[in-house]
Amino acid sequence: MLLSLMIFIPLLGMIAVLLLPRESEELVKRVTLLFTLIPLALAVALFISYDRSAAGTQYVVNIPWIQAFNIQYHIGIDGLSVTLLLLTALLGPICVIASWRNIEKGIKAYMALFLLLETGMLGFFAALDLFLFYVFFELTLLPMYFLIGVWGGPRREYAAIKFFLYTLFGSVLMLVAMIAVYLNSGAPGARTFDIPTLITLAATEGHALNNLNFQIWAFLGFFIGFAVKVPIFPFHTWLPDAHVEAPTAISVILAGILLKMGTYGLVRVNMAMFPQGMDFFCNGTGTWGNSLALLGFINIVYGSFCALAQTDFKKLVAYSSIGHMGFVILGLAARNTEGITGAILQMFNHGVISGMLFLLVGVLYDRAHHREINGFGGLGAKMPVYTGITTLAFMASLGLPGLSGFVGEALSLLGAYDKFKMLTILSTIGIVVGAAYFLWTLQRVFLGTLNPKYEALPEINGREILTLAPLGILTIVLGIWPNFAIDMFRESVTNLVNVLQAI
Amino acid sequence: MQPLSNIESLLYFTPELLLVVSAIVVILVDLGVKNRESSTVAYLSLAGIGCVFAAVLLTHGQLGDRTSISLFLGMIRLDAFSTFFKVLLLLATTATILFSIRSAELDAQLKGEYHALLLAITLGMFLMASSTNLLMIFISLETVSLTSYILAGFLTHNPRSSEAAFKYITYGAVASGTMLFGLSFLFGMTGTGDLGQISTKLTELLAAGEVFPLTVLIAIIFVLAGVGYKIASVPFHMWSPDVYEGAPIPITAFLSVASKSAGFALFIRFFYSGFSSSEVMQSVDWTLMLAIVSALTMTVGNLAALPQQNVKRLLAYSSIAHGGYLLMGGVLLTSEGIGAILFYLVVYLFMNLGAFYVVVLIANEEGSEMIEGYRGLASRAPLVAGAMAIFLFSLTGIPPFAGFFGKWLLFAAVLEQGYYWLAFVGLLNSVVSLYYYARIVKAMYFEAADEETTSTSTAFSAGTFALLSVFVIPTILIGFINIFYTFSNISVSVLPIQ
Repeated sequence: MLLSLMIFIPLLGMIAVLLLPRESEELVKRVTLLFTLIPLALAVALFISYDRSAAGTQYVVNIPWIQAFNIQYHIGIDGLSVTLLLLTALLGPICVIASWRNIEKGIKAYMALFLLLETGMLGFFAALDLFLFYVFFELTLLPMYFLIGVWGGPRREYAAIKFFLYTLFGSVLMLVAMIAVYLNSGAPGARTFDIPTLITLAATEGHALNNLNFQIWAFLGFFIGFAVKVPIFPFHTWLPDAHVEAPTAISVILAGILLKMGTYGLVRVNMAMFPQGMDFFCNGTGTWGNSLALLGFINIVYGSFCALAQTDFKKLVAYSSIGHMGFVILGLAARNTEGITGAILQMFNHGVISGMLFLLVGVLYDRAHHREINGFGGLGAKMPVYTGITTLAFMASLGLPGLSGFVGEALSLLGAYDKFKMLTILSTIGIVVGAAYFLWTLQRVFLGTLNPKYEALPEINGREILTLAPLGILTIVLGIWPNFAIDMFRESVTNLVNVLQAI
Repeated sequence: MQPLSNIESLLYFTPELLLVVSAIVVILVDLGVKNRESSTVAYLSLAGIGCVFAAVLLTHGQLGDRTSISLFLGMIRLDAFSTFFKVLLLLATTATILFSIRSAELDAQLKGEYHALLLAITLGMFLMASSTNLLMIFISLETVSLTSYILAGFLTHNPRSSEAAFKYITYGAVASGTMLFGLSFLFGMTGTGDLGQISTKLTELLAAGEVFPLTVLIAIIFVLAGVGYKIASVPFHMWSPDVYEGAPIPITAFLSVASKSAGFALFIRFFYSGFSSSEVMQSVDWTLMLAIVSALTMTVGNLAALPQQNVKRLLAYSSIAHGGYLLMGGVLLTSEGIGAILFYLVVYLFMNLGAFYVVVLIANEEGSEMIEGYRGLASRAPLVAGAMAIFLFSLTGIPPFAGFFGKWLLFAAVLEQGYYWLAFVGLLNSVVSLYYYARIVKAMYFEAADEETTSTSTAFSAGTFALLSVFVIPTILIGFINIFYTFSNISVSVLPIQ
């Protein structure tokens, strides 16, 4: 009940916002903020009351929905989903506050779409029925398309349709795989979309879902769907465009949550449901045995080098996201406790850190109206607080020990080293390059001589600090005390590793 | 069960008789109406349709425990399948009449015969959905075709409309001639016109080696020309973009939904009662041919829709593509496939008619059907733009809209039969279709209106919104409601599918 309430309160908020008169913009913003704060409160309550010692799902709701196909409204949380739900609920109000001043037109429609997006994301992380999972997955598409296309930058139309087409392409392949899983789950009438049931069936010797060939193809179908979202090379080209054109708050959601939907799907469906398919692509032997790890490696190194080459601040952060998501893939490919723990932690950390980075880019853009890194210089003296927060975010992102980014990446690499020595060693190139582009950017923007154009650049304001502070605190807390998060999903990971090793 | 005699059949034939009576009444009353502008005749035909609707339900009630009754010595059949289509067709006709009342382009032409023709075409489609005899099939098909030629050319002052009617006749005549030729083959081989008997006879003849399988295949292909022409499948689709573009918008909407539905009703009954026995299938496998036609139809429809600037023409191509999706369900020889077709037709009725209604509204405002006219619609008329976006995304097949559930059923049925390549082609087509549907959305939401040409805000009446919501609400909700899935499955259960 609590969980359903959390998922659908933003939807109620959307209806409320739509009913408000168009003129009362302040009211629209306040109502939206309220309807994103309630899920946050609920998420915190779930986070606290979640039984950390128990494996399996909690707060389960299971109601028949479309009986003709045995589709259920089945939701519930385990350690992984509760962590990502908290992240989603936290970024919600932050993004609303970040949009307070810089959305100039149609604030009502913007906020309504944002609330719809939040329902889609929250529902996705809680869904335990494959059909419901897919519906929520797709539900995020439409609002995102409009949010980029209407409120985006100069090339927003191109970016919006590119994002939409790429994701839809991925999700139709996922749809085929989903239908195939459904059809193979049993005799007509006994078929199911229920994820826990499907996981059990897939682990049952002799069941159609247990067939290696089937697992490989179904794995691929889902994988491509999620790979577009993550994004994994070579499906990543929509991401820089979408990020550059999207308004700040939407970039935060895109990097913070939407990319996590891809990796979350990999864990929830690909790993848990198709352990043999996963094994085929990650066992380190045969033609395909290294492919997932290889993709992770490519993401890390390719993303980092691309970031190094950027002169647009936002594009740099976007490419750095591709790089950092590579660590998640590498960690997952390792299929051991360290690797998966690291990957999940990295998902959460990347959500927090990239959220900060995009907010910071937005702060600068709102003042200077451009994002050309080389156009700045010497801002450190002019905006010391801003510089301080940016340095914190950069350090966290490049993996400085003591800040959260380090723990996730280190654990991912640790897990991966056990299985893929060469690829892991080569992947560390990405960390070095990461340090290079962040430090170089720091130097170009904040050090050196001040560009006289920016004599009067105002310091970061209270509202902006309000959006950054919670994320900054989390970065430090998780850097020092990562168990705060790891405790949440320890049991779930153990469970998953057992499934993966049972084959 | 023995077919009923002509006199006994009349009781079960009341809906059709009522349609005839309404058409005659409409013509007679129209003679007496002085004011040409008034919508009296339109409301009269709506009342007639209301009576027919009641009669359809009542006659269906007469079935009782029987799954079907054969009427007029085996010419037509009353069963859940035909009732399903009759209800669907009545909904489409009602919507078309309401559109016509509100359409500016038809204002001067809202004469009695327009409505009488609409009622007549509905009668033809009723017969298409229930015919079980070759002769009756052909007569019903011709009733529909001849009437649609006139309706397509109804804008007498508009040369494009006349062109549409002319093309329609030319293509139509060739298609029905070919079909008639094919039907004569079948009659020649089996000596009967009844679909059920044809099935038994063909099975015997093929088993005894007395007919060439190739002859049967050729007969099927010829018949397919006639049916394919009605559902606008490749390669018999050429007429449809021109006709759809030239015809009055309400008629375009009607043809794209009702004509297609009736075509599918005929198609399903013809192939599934006549040619689905396993013996026939063994020697003449027409399903692969249909699968290829289906893949081509959706691909050609979608690719041709991509560059269109005229929304009406774009929707014409899109409706060709949807014919392709629907055909997928027809190649499977399973009740899931047919059930999916029926479900999709319901969904398609609402989303496609809704989209055409918006086209009517914009054409009334702007006097044009080009995409430019949709620019900035989101700020001029947010509700209309929102509704259009919902229709278009539903047509694309994006959840949570009904179009997704329809496509889902179709693809699930296709995959179940192992037609992976067909499902793959279909899904890629869905992705392609997003591009052109999104172009309209883009114009409505991402682009500003041209200052000189368009009014800054458009006021629509409450009636408009009420009618719009009649299409929007089902488009959002159908997928979530269990009863529709059961409904389409019951209608399928009466067909002989092994």
